[in-house]
Amino acid sequence: MLVTERERLNEELRELAEQHGRARAALLPMLQHVQRKYNHISAYTMQVIADLLEIHPVEVHSVVSFYAFLGDRPRGRFVVRLCRTVSCDLAGKDRIARQLENDLGIPFGQTTGDGMFTLEWANCLGMCDQGPALLVNDRVYTGVTAQKVHEIIEECRAEFGLHALRKEEEQRA
Amino acid sequence: MKAAHEGPLTFAQIKPNEGLRAALEKKRPDVVAEISRSGLRGRGGAGFPTGVKWNLAGAATGEHKYIVCNADEGEPGTFKDRVILSQYADLVFEGMTIAGYVVGAATGIVYLRAEYTYLLPHLESVLAQRREHGLLGHNILEKGFDFDIEIRLGAGAYVCGEETALIESLEGHRGEPRNRPPFPVDTGFVRRPTVVNNVETLAWAACILARGADWFRGFGTEKSTGLKLFSVSGDCERPGVYEFPMGIPISELLEEVGGRDAKAVQIGGASGHCVPRCEFHRTIAFEDVATGGSVIVFGPQRDMLKVARNFLEFFTEESCGQCTPCRDGNPKLLEGVRLLEQGRCSMRYLRDLIALGETMQVASKCGLGQSSPNAFLSIVEHFPQEIMGRTPQTV
Repeated sequence: MLVTERERLNEELRELAEQHGRARAALLPMLQHVQRKYNHISAYTMQVIADLLEIHPVEVHSVVSFYAFLGDRPRGRFVVRLCRTVSCDLAGKDRIARQLENDLGIPFGQTTGDGMFTLEWANCLGMCDQGPALLVNDRVYTGVTAQKVHEIIEECRAEFGLHALRKEEEQRA
Repeated sequence: MKAAHEGPLTFAQIKPNEGLRAALEKKRPDVVAEISRSGLRGRGGAGFPTGVKWNLAGAATGEHKYIVCNADEGEPGTFKDRVILSQYADLVFEGMTIAGYVVGAATGIVYLRAEYTYLLPHLESVLAQRREHGLLGHNILEKGFDFDIEIRLGAGAYVCGEETALIESLEGHRGEPRNRPPFPVDTGFVRRPTVVNNVETLAWAACILARGADWFRGFGTEKSTGLKLFSVSGDCERPGVYEFPMGIPISELLEEVGGRDAKAVQIGGASGHCVPRCEFHRTIAFEDVATGGSVIVFGPQRDMLKVARNFLEFFTEESCGQCTPCRDGNPKLLEGVRLLEQGRCSMRYLRDLIALGETMQVASKCGLGQSSPNAFLSIVEHFPQEIMGRTPQTV
């Protein structure tokens, strides 16, 4: 990491700690902020947070490794989480899983080479009456079919990169 | 959302803030008495009497007390809290405010599961509105009572639905359940007296204050009073959220949701029990088949062993790993189910697995571990003809 980049991160985390009152209870909100913004929580970040909250970095790591929505490995810009719990299973989540793997070209637990998508399992999304359900970041999709998987992925792609530029141009024109 | 026996849902009929106004007119002990008399019990599944909980927290000494709303709805097959939060959030916040008034707390915290992050903007806007209308913040309804609510997000851990694990998580730790006692009512969030109530419990508390304890007691059974929301999913014609009185027979519920030909029903989610067709006369109540509201219907074509495997995969993943029976027991049971699926499990080994499950029920530290073998044990008990001597499935 560049020195300037580190300094910027240090400053950001310090402000964040102040905002949450520098108590141990600030740990999760801080980690959630970092996870949201950088798609992972690096060892360096954990060290800085530990220093700010005056706890051992191992404590921070133990929390990061405990929760499914936090992690130290970089996730994609879009984290696709397919519900694998019983109601969605009855509704046919296996086919959706296969189609997601095919369309993204990665197995569950991995991130695409371009850093765009991460494919994960989720435990019960609370959409049991409308399964199969999946989350893309904070967005929820219900009644997903194998055909719909492609549309969902394209919708995400359209939000970023060249696609987004093209879309903007189209809107302007 | 559908109410039982037609007509709109109770939550939709209650006038906004009627319960809160009624509560603030009363003395604190009278509010607790009203809740106690109604017989309201925790709607998250454990069924602890709400009046007793509020009373204990009210009696606990401490300058700062907390009201925590448990919106970490993670039980497989449960989604009623999501519906309540998206349609009747006011009622929940009202319930929290009443609890705050009774217990003497100034701060409420909603612990919202990370999977429901999309509800956050809506909930924040409801809170802002309540502050604007003098229903939250300083001097509520000019009665000299201060209370405010903040929302904290979870980070994807089923075990945080357990109240002490939830408190650990709020404090910035791993969601590992604590030893009880001490109970949260005297040593909770940051070691202060804390009431942890389920979303639905708080909403009903507000309704009870609005309509009176006698109205609530008019529904349900002696030990399980009142109405309850049920999340119905699986092989039925009309899945969704339903309102039924407690003590409803399973067969009647199935009739309502269009699941007449079901061969089994999972009541209470992954940690609940699998009830076979021959026991459909049983009732859903704390004294019979208890539930937090999850009803999963299995049609005649379903492979119950696969269901058991799904539940055990769930617990293997979601065990916090703190105590041995749960951490090591669940993978062992899962391995056993795989042997059964391959048709390579002896009767003697199956008996060992059942004994292991029973050990987990008594030796695990928290509710998650204690109830994790329930589904497996009830499926093995009720469907022996389905699980023994299988020929391996080639996939």
